[in-house]
Amino acid sequence: MSFNFLHIIFYFFSFVAIFSAVMVIVSRNPVRGVLFLVSAFFSMAGVWMILNAEFLALILVLVYVGAVMTLFLFVVMMLNIDLVSLRKSFVRYAPLAALIVLLVVGLTVMVIGPERQGLTEMPAPAPKSIEYSNIADLGAVLYTQYAYPFEIAAVILLAAIIAAIALTHRVAVKRKSQNISEQINVKRDERVRLVKGMQK
Amino acid sequence: MISLSEYLIVAALLFGIGMAGIIINRKNVIVLLMSIELILLAVNTNFLAFSYFLQNNIGQLFVFFILTVAAAEAAIGLAILVALFRRAKTIEVEKLDLLKG
Repeated sequence: MSFNFLHIIFYFFSFVAIFSAVMVIVSRNPVRGVLFLVSAFFSMAGVWMILNAEFLALILVLVYVGAVMTLFLFVVMMLNIDLVSLRKSFVRYAPLAALIVLLVVGLTVMVIGPERQGLTEMPAPAPKSIEYSNIADLGAVLYTQYAYPFEIAAVILLAAIIAAIALTHRVAVKRKSQNISEQINVKRDERVRLVKGMQK
Repeated sequence: MISLSEYLIVAALLFGIGMAGIIINRKNVIVLLMSIELILLAVNTNFLAFSYFLQNNIGQLFVFFILTVAAAEAAIGLAILVALFRRAKTIEVEKLDLLKG
């Protein structure tokens, strides 16, 4: 197996991603967890770059790190969670989690191991020419053959906007509004009060 | 060159860590949502690896749509969380037993 510079970059990004992912689920402070998740996303964006998916790597950094993770940070900081009560049952479920994860990951690695999906079984494609544009390649398919799913994705985003606003919007309690029937049913005695004037 | 199985093993490890996060965590719904994000990241990496090795850009298109839906899901999930916190004053998973399930 040839071990070149690309390998070093790949392993660096992978180790950072996996370390950050472990820290996400074991860190006590949720703010720190979100920041580790940001680091995991950044390093996986690097791996996606190696996979020639430049557009999606940039989308991951811009949309995920820029928007979704900021949303997470805002919510974590707004909710003011009691840090002491967190992670009490962490140890209780750890053996179960370790067992299930070992089983799942072990079986998956048995199936996808190097003897089945290695370079001889699945040879790496030839590198693209310098004129190749990932964005043009994706756009040529996205706006023609997949235009209908693209529109559906837009509708899903619209539904998400409406749902998020409807869930969190609070009706203003101090709003001033007219009650017309009350206004026209008013009696003279309720509004006019005669006071005795001072004699000059 | 990096072989397909190396990408797939990294994705499988990320997937397993995300699953462990869901099992371990009984206190904080936010960590649950973050674990789901990790699992989606692993799945997307699988799609991109196969897209690269099979020379087929439909996998990248699928990742594009997954990212869209995941962003919508995260936004709605966090909105539900905020509404829940206002009503129940807690986001601990074990205390959210209003439905007695």
